[in-house]
Amino acid sequence: MFVAIRFTLLILVSMGLLYPLALTGLGQAFFPQQANGSLIHNATGQTIGSSLIGQAFTRPEYFHPRPAANGYDAANSGGSNLGPTSKKLIDRITVDTSGYQQKNGAKQPIPVDAVTASASNLDPHISVANALRQVPRVAHARNVSPKRIKALVLQLTEKPLFSEAPYLNVLTLNLALETKNSF
Amino acid sequence: MFEITYLLFFLVASLLITVCLGGYMAKVFNYQPTLLTPIFEPIEKLSLYITGIQSTGSQHWKQYAFDFLLFNLVCGFVTFLILSFQHLLPLNPLHLAGMEPWQAFNTICSFVTNTNWQSYSGEVALSNFSQIAGITFMMIVGAVSGLAVCVGFLRGLTNRHSGNSGLGHFYQDFLKSLLYVFLPLLLVGSLFFISQGVPQTLQQQVSVTALEGAPQNIAFGPVASLLTIKQLGTNGGGFFNANSAHPFENPNPLTNFIEILMELAIPMGLVYMFGVWLKNRMQGWVIWGAMMAVFLSFLWMGNAFEQAGNPILSHLPSISVGIDQQSSSLQSGGNMEGKEVRFGVLPSMLFTVATTGTSTGAVNNMHDSLTPIGGLVPLADMMLNIIFGGVGVGLMGFLLYGIIAVFLTGLMVGRTPEIFGKKIEKPEIILASIAILLHPLLILVPTAIATMNDFGLSSLNNLGPHGLSEILYAYTSAAANNGSAFAGLNANTPWYNISLGIVILLGRYISIIALLAIAGSLLSKTKMEPGPGTLPTNTLLFGGVWLGVILIVGALTFVPVLVLGPLADQLAMLNGTLF
Repeated sequence: MFVAIRFTLLILVSMGLLYPLALTGLGQAFFPQQANGSLIHNATGQTIGSSLIGQAFTRPEYFHPRPAANGYDAANSGGSNLGPTSKKLIDRITVDTSGYQQKNGAKQPIPVDAVTASASNLDPHISVANALRQVPRVAHARNVSPKRIKALVLQLTEKPLFSEAPYLNVLTLNLALETKNSF
Repeated sequence: MFEITYLLFFLVASLLITVCLGGYMAKVFNYQPTLLTPIFEPIEKLSLYITGIQSTGSQHWKQYAFDFLLFNLVCGFVTFLILSFQHLLPLNPLHLAGMEPWQAFNTICSFVTNTNWQSYSGEVALSNFSQIAGITFMMIVGAVSGLAVCVGFLRGLTNRHSGNSGLGHFYQDFLKSLLYVFLPLLLVGSLFFISQGVPQTLQQQVSVTALEGAPQNIAFGPVASLLTIKQLGTNGGGFFNANSAHPFENPNPLTNFIEILMELAIPMGLVYMFGVWLKNRMQGWVIWGAMMAVFLSFLWMGNAFEQAGNPILSHLPSISVGIDQQSSSLQSGGNMEGKEVRFGVLPSMLFTVATTGTSTGAVNNMHDSLTPIGGLVPLADMMLNIIFGGVGVGLMGFLLYGIIAVFLTGLMVGRTPEIFGKKIEKPEIILASIAILLHPLLILVPTAIATMNDFGLSSLNNLGPHGLSEILYAYTSAAANNGSAFAGLNANTPWYNISLGIVILLGRYISIIALLAIAGSLLSKTKMEPGPGTLPTNTLLFGGVWLGVILIVGALTFVPVLVLGPLADQLAMLNGTLF
């Protein structure tokens, strides 16, 4: 009995406290940017978010992210958890689809990621298909030639190791739009 | 093309890990020196000294099991106190209240057994102190205990201690598992994850003004130290509610790949170690191959149905052009509800098959939103629970089916069944039957009770056959000590907290005790040299019989409920019926 208690305390102190705290020290020393949430700043030095965490965008001059089950609340993650035969899901997708068509035209089909909610509620990325579909709207709202916006999209497209298809980070893309000399 | 390269990388990495880690563990647990011995031997001795353990002589299986249970009980009690009184403890900047007793009960049952079912949402309910001293601590205890017990079991099966009736010493096995196997991988793994963007800080939240001007509170904390043990120990309980789908808990496709390999590493290595200890590596590879064959079949099936997408979306009545679910060079396509763009379909499904086969239960996509057959894959994977299986218990479960398989084939040819040179007799068969029959019982009975009562049905998020799948998934996950969920189900009710907690406890401890008893009983028998009448168990043929027994005994029980749940749901989806 006493052995079990002493052993529990030993593991609690060494692995429950020392291990995470030592790692916190190491992480803060070697990778301070990543260990503190990969926060990014705008031109004036204000913190505007994390490069890993998606944000809500609704204005026409920005690229829009995927629908989110909980409105990009970064302190409350999770998906819709609706199954494929759920009426709630199909109703939501129908509404989102007509909204997307109104904003971005109804001639081409809609990339599936544009109307489905992510698992995390915080997906920072959209597919290239989805971004290209939004180019005319963004160009029109900004009064810039669509070619230049498209060039920026292609320039910021990522295809890292082990990724199934290329994609774009919406926040990075929108931040680049704000920096005029980036296109 | 992507599929082939990806799977090739996966297979090569798996083989490398199996051989390297398996060979290493075979030495460590055989008390042979390794490269790390000079570093860890003094720590091991010091730990034994300060905890007052004087002798590390080999223990009878009953003493081994008793030490394991008592230690787990004490750990559970300490964590119960930490969770319940987190408002009085440090590192709680958001002043979160203590956990309610029933939820704390469910949580400790879940974590001490390496299940990691969570009826709470990490970033909402837990302080950073609870995340490290409660959850991270408990994950380490659960996983390392599982490895230690498996080592004891394998010693019994392979007669490591000749002339001695013991399985080894529980606390010594625990320390060896922790120091030589887990600790180095935890440190390297965590630093890698931090370098990729997984936070490791004692802050709990940061407030920013998003680009469009709205405020955004971003939750984080000591994520990396928890993430690594969560994957490596096949624990699975997330720091965040969204688990490994959260960008902080799985930032990119590379971390996703590494997380998948970490889930499989120790279970795969143990299979190889078993072959080495038996002095019969072929036996290890037959088991490995059988497991991998089922693994890849599940993956193929899940991937095909998820990539095909949801046909209802292609024919929405009010939409003129339709939704494009085809995979192309510009998008991964498929059923993207509940999936992350950075993972797409195949890397999501590989994670799903690995996490449910190994009893990890972490998720990088929301299983509740999978297509019906895509969701049947993780369900079936947990019903078998041995496709590499959890740290320790997976291989033990697989060998259990091996005992049944030699018994059945023994009956067919009219000989006394034997496995690894030991006769299988009445006590072993009774114990094996208890362990095997318990699993469907723990899943089907509470599922039936929940579907017949309001206290079960009122928690549903989806109606129709998918609702049945939600409840079935919860009890399957609990009985399999997996911890993943069809997360739409609101499990934070007294009924689910208590019933799932009990299923988790019975699912873990009864089968482990039965298996240790089998090991103890086999140990006391003299080993026979294989003769002309012996059925060799290291052949492709026996591998096939073994798999057949697993599918017939392990899976057939569940066919009726799978027809009513996922299959009915699939037909409804094809028919366009909504619920």
